[in-house]
Amino acid sequence: MRRAIRAEWAKTWSDPGTGWLLGTLIALTVAVSAVAIGTARCPAAGCGQDPARISLTGVYLGQAVAALVGVAAIGSEYGTGMIRVSLTAIPRRDRLLAAKAVVLAGPVLAASAAAAGASMLAGWLVLPGHGFTAAHGFDLASGATWRAAGGAALYLMLVAVLGLGVTSVVRDSAAAIGIVLGLLYLFPVVAGLVGNPAIQRRLQQVGPMSAGLDSMTTARLRALPLTPWQGLEVVAMWAAGALVLGGAMLRLRDT
Amino acid sequence: MTSVTSTVPVPSGGAQRTVVPWAKAGIIFKASLTPGSAYVAIMVTGSHGIRMQDDFTGDIAGPAMRAGWLRLVRAGATITGYGSPDGVRWTRVGTVTLPGLPPTVPGGLFATSPQYSQTSDGVASISGSPSQSTAVFGQVTLTWHGSTWTGTNVGGSSGGAAGPGTGYSRTGSGFAITGSGDIAPATSGASGIGVTIAQTLSGVFIALIILAVIGAMFITAEYRRGLIRVTLAACPRRGQVLAAKAAVIGLVAFAAGLAGASVAVPLGQRLLRSHGAYVWPVTALTELRVIVGTAAVIALCAVLAVAIGTVLRRGAAADAAVIALIVVPYVLTVPIPVLPLGVADWLMRVTPAAAFAVEQTVIQYPQVDDVYAPAYGYYPLAAWAGFAVLCAWVALALALGYVTLSRRDA
Repeated sequence: MRRAIRAEWAKTWSDPGTGWLLGTLIALTVAVSAVAIGTARCPAAGCGQDPARISLTGVYLGQAVAALVGVAAIGSEYGTGMIRVSLTAIPRRDRLLAAKAVVLAGPVLAASAAAAGASMLAGWLVLPGHGFTAAHGFDLASGATWRAAGGAALYLMLVAVLGLGVTSVVRDSAAAIGIVLGLLYLFPVVAGLVGNPAIQRRLQQVGPMSAGLDSMTTARLRALPLTPWQGLEVVAMWAAGALVLGGAMLRLRDT
Repeated sequence: MTSVTSTVPVPSGGAQRTVVPWAKAGIIFKASLTPGSAYVAIMVTGSHGIRMQDDFTGDIAGPAMRAGWLRLVRAGATITGYGSPDGVRWTRVGTVTLPGLPPTVPGGLFATSPQYSQTSDGVASISGSPSQSTAVFGQVTLTWHGSTWTGTNVGGSSGGAAGPGTGYSRTGSGFAITGSGDIAPATSGASGIGVTIAQTLSGVFIALIILAVIGAMFITAEYRRGLIRVTLAACPRRGQVLAAKAAVIGLVAFAAGLAGASVAVPLGQRLLRSHGAYVWPVTALTELRVIVGTAAVIALCAVLAVAIGTVLRRGAAADAAVIALIVVPYVLTVPIPVLPLGVADWLMRVTPAAAFAVEQTVIQYPQVDDVYAPAYGYYPLAAWAGFAVLCAWVALALALGYVTLSRRDA
């Protein structure tokens, strides 16, 4: 397994695209967050907003890049036929996929943690001047704030793993990126259209994006469809499910 | 007119005194007491000065005063409104002709207070509530023989939003009137009512993702398998290859989009209405524009994907670019409005997603406070202008695609 990981690591980082994508992930996430932070206002009468969620607005766009990183991790091998060489070198196919998942998750987690941390820091510096005073409980030292930032980082990592799993099922980057993004955005859109509150809540619990966003919330936690950790568990289940399905398909099919 | 004061409920309970900018109080002539009948009114507003308004959409600005004297004079079908700071020096605010006004019309005093809403960050966090405004009319005079004031409450008694406090009381030589609600054109949105037919097309983003994938793969799959060399050998004029691909995918996508939209819009409206939702009515021509426009947006999105795929030559990268350019801005401002209003408006001007303005069917009124956000069907650009933005993007991408395809080795 260690040799498989080392091989995957060499492959991942010898492609200049990886570094660019991770850089884009950080840049886009922080940029969108900064715009949201810059325009957010809390009137004197009070607002029901969550400063942590505002600071992490960039995750909405960052997740698309994270998905792309995950898709590219195996999609490029299918695109070039490299996958056949890889499977000749490491004939245990689930081990290859596991190595890919490990090599993908580490750097993505580091990049997302940097993006989430920078976004939080920007919010902490700017938001108090926009009416989000200490009364809103936005404190960089508080556990909830760090839990939200950590939730964002873990969420982006899990989205990348989801992308890896889906790509190993469909074996085509273009189709995979469409499926992953459709999956992420579909549930919130459908939930917004459904009138029945019970079904709406259920959709918000099941959908990977809304569940993941629950983990980045620090205000009015009781009104959430899921607790923050349950939210991350749901996303983890989607990622794990896609990975297991991808592993099974990889084992069963010819490349 | 001595003063207009308003209260709005605060989320934590109780009420807060504030200025509701479009709270209005003044004198009104109305064809009849039936809701919707023709009217003309002169009024003092919360923070928009003296205005003269008629028939819901007419609005003339007068002197900027928060209190003062108001006068409404009728001569046949012509009504003239005046405002004055002291009751001596009068300024003519405007003259309005209402041809349908019967010879005898009820006239009276009114106070209105529209739904109060505030946006603090994205449309997702709008807080709004009914407000109440009280107007004190210090001195009321009539220059019409044989008439006296009679106390009839018009409107405001339907309960619910109106609240318990609406009505009037005599104050010496004048009246104090408390009102809630508005005499104004209805709007869609946070402070308005109902949804637009664009609501029936929320699923379009899925079509866009699918077509971004198909469009990009239409050319990147050729690069991946090396088929592009055969294609270019068979058809050496490369511009023609790109044009043919764009035409084929565009027509196919247009046909598919047209089929989808022509089912979704009528069916969606029927479903929404059957669930009791108020759907803003549109003319058949507007509905046709929304359906055909949406199909055209879907078609151009597919062409954009082909063009970007030609430039990038990699399926996933082309997909991601198209989705980031058109799907993400649309999804984050319309179906899941999480972006702040300013950002949403800006995105709907510059990104290809601006083309969704073809789904715009409602009008913004400067004299009605509302959250005019794309999520409620209000786009910053007119339908044709938004569509032109997408066309410009497609033209640019096709030009880039043509240049790269012609210059590069396949």
